[in-house]
Amino acid sequence: MSSILYDTPGPKAKVRNWIYTGVFLVLVALALWWVLARMAEKNQLDADKWTPFITDSQIWTTFLLPGLGETLKAGLIAMVIALPLGAILGIARLSDHAWVRVPVGALVEFFRAIPVLILMIFSSALYVLLGTVSSDLRPLYAVVTGLVLYNASVIAEIVRAGILSLPRGQADAAKAIGMRKGQTMMYVLVPQAVTAMLPALVSQLVVILKDTALGGAFLGFADLMSMNRQIAANYSNTIATMVVIALIYIAVNFTLTTLASWLERRLRQSKRGTGAVVEGDVAEVDAGGAAGVGKAP
Amino acid sequence: MFDFLDSGQYDVLGAFWVTVQLTLYSAVGSLIWGVLLAGMRVSPVPLMRAFGTAYVNTVRNTPLTLLVLGCSLGLYQTLGINLGGDTSKEAGFRLAVLGLIAYTGTFVCEALRSGINTVPVGQAEAARALGLSFFQVLRLIVLPQAFRAVIGPLANVLIALTKNTTVAATIGVAEAALLMKEMLENEADALFAVFGVFALGFVLLTLPTGLLLGWVAKRVAVKR
Repeated sequence: MSSILYDTPGPKAKVRNWIYTGVFLVLVALALWWVLARMAEKNQLDADKWTPFITDSQIWTTFLLPGLGETLKAGLIAMVIALPLGAILGIARLSDHAWVRVPVGALVEFFRAIPVLILMIFSSALYVLLGTVSSDLRPLYAVVTGLVLYNASVIAEIVRAGILSLPRGQADAAKAIGMRKGQTMMYVLVPQAVTAMLPALVSQLVVILKDTALGGAFLGFADLMSMNRQIAANYSNTIATMVVIALIYIAVNFTLTTLASWLERRLRQSKRGTGAVVEGDVAEVDAGGAAGVGKAP
Repeated sequence: MFDFLDSGQYDVLGAFWVTVQLTLYSAVGSLIWGVLLAGMRVSPVPLMRAFGTAYVNTVRNTPLTLLVLGCSLGLYQTLGINLGGDTSKEAGFRLAVLGLIAYTGTFVCEALRSGINTVPVGQAEAARALGLSFFQVLRLIVLPQAFRAVIGPLANVLIALTKNTTVAATIGVAEAALLMKEMLENEADALFAVFGVFALGFVLLTLPTGLLLGWVAKRVAVKR
């Protein structure tokens, strides 16, 4: 294979590559050995720290699965609320009327500039002040509120980018057959933008799921993250627990990431669509304007 | 309404200074780590490519909270790996920086890699046809274009990093989010004022970065 940086290797380059492979392998092995030696020294490799995850089904039924359930619940609720809210904000930001466009733009930029943890802490305190939410539900409400405020504004940007990524001819054609602005938006632009946005939205779900962990670590939300304290307290196996929890997060999120990139590839290849795709990755990093959104690959 | 600021009880500027420091150290660190990872991901050595891919896919899909907490509970408290801080406060700061670097490095890597991908292969082929060596191709043709293409995405990574530093609050680093929680517990009646102060702080930190680097990115972008 050839890339921009190197040609298909010849005999000399092949030898060189083998040497690099060897050196790299030694370095990785050394690092791994150091970590394992360190863990063995502190008895973290002992079998009784790891076997509960296989032999003791209670660890799953009492802690891990309910925790994962709470994580998914918070993530899905936040997504379901943030999605329509974000769609409305995104469309409002494209309005022809400055009195709609400007305030909505300011709102979106404001909530995008603030860390989601700050929003969660604020909502938590707000629910204490209002006193309308019972204290055992408060962490869930705070987490969901924080996630919705932040992600609705991110989704608004995705929606805007999705609509802007459509070929201009689509809106022109709608205008030509006499559709009104609202009709153009409802019947022509939004349905197409939704398909273009799908990969980015699935990726955003990953971001939301990762952010629920903040509530688990900081606000007493009983999600997958918070289970590390409880399991470690019962089995005194901090590192093993963290590794298992990390693996669960990675498995769920990796599935979603793969789904997003599969959707992206499919949409790009499909002949019926406009070929406009909002890439999945932009949403995670995107925080300072939609400059990177929807540009050609 | 804002009298809690004058009481001298809370060091808001100090907390934001910690946030800025976290951001700067992590930014430098993740730039270096990200360049190394990107180097591995585009290298001709299959094993390095595999390692880079595996690392990026694993760490990107792990919550940052888990990484930072893992640095604190796992590395520091369980394994006793000390990063050289004298007090536990300093140690917490360094562990948070380590977690942030491990996480943000993957995003820097992906940004750089996409930057290299924006350079058309024909450019390198033309350069080779002119007789330029590998390092000349890299230095004169590929990297200048790649770097100009990634300033925008890197600015976004920097802004996300600034916001992500709040995660350090979960291991007790005295930055903005932790102070905000403490203030809200003591001054519940000034809820919106406290929120306003911290929100404004983050807007002031992230907005100029975005505007400045966005302007730079637009100026230096390679028009194709």
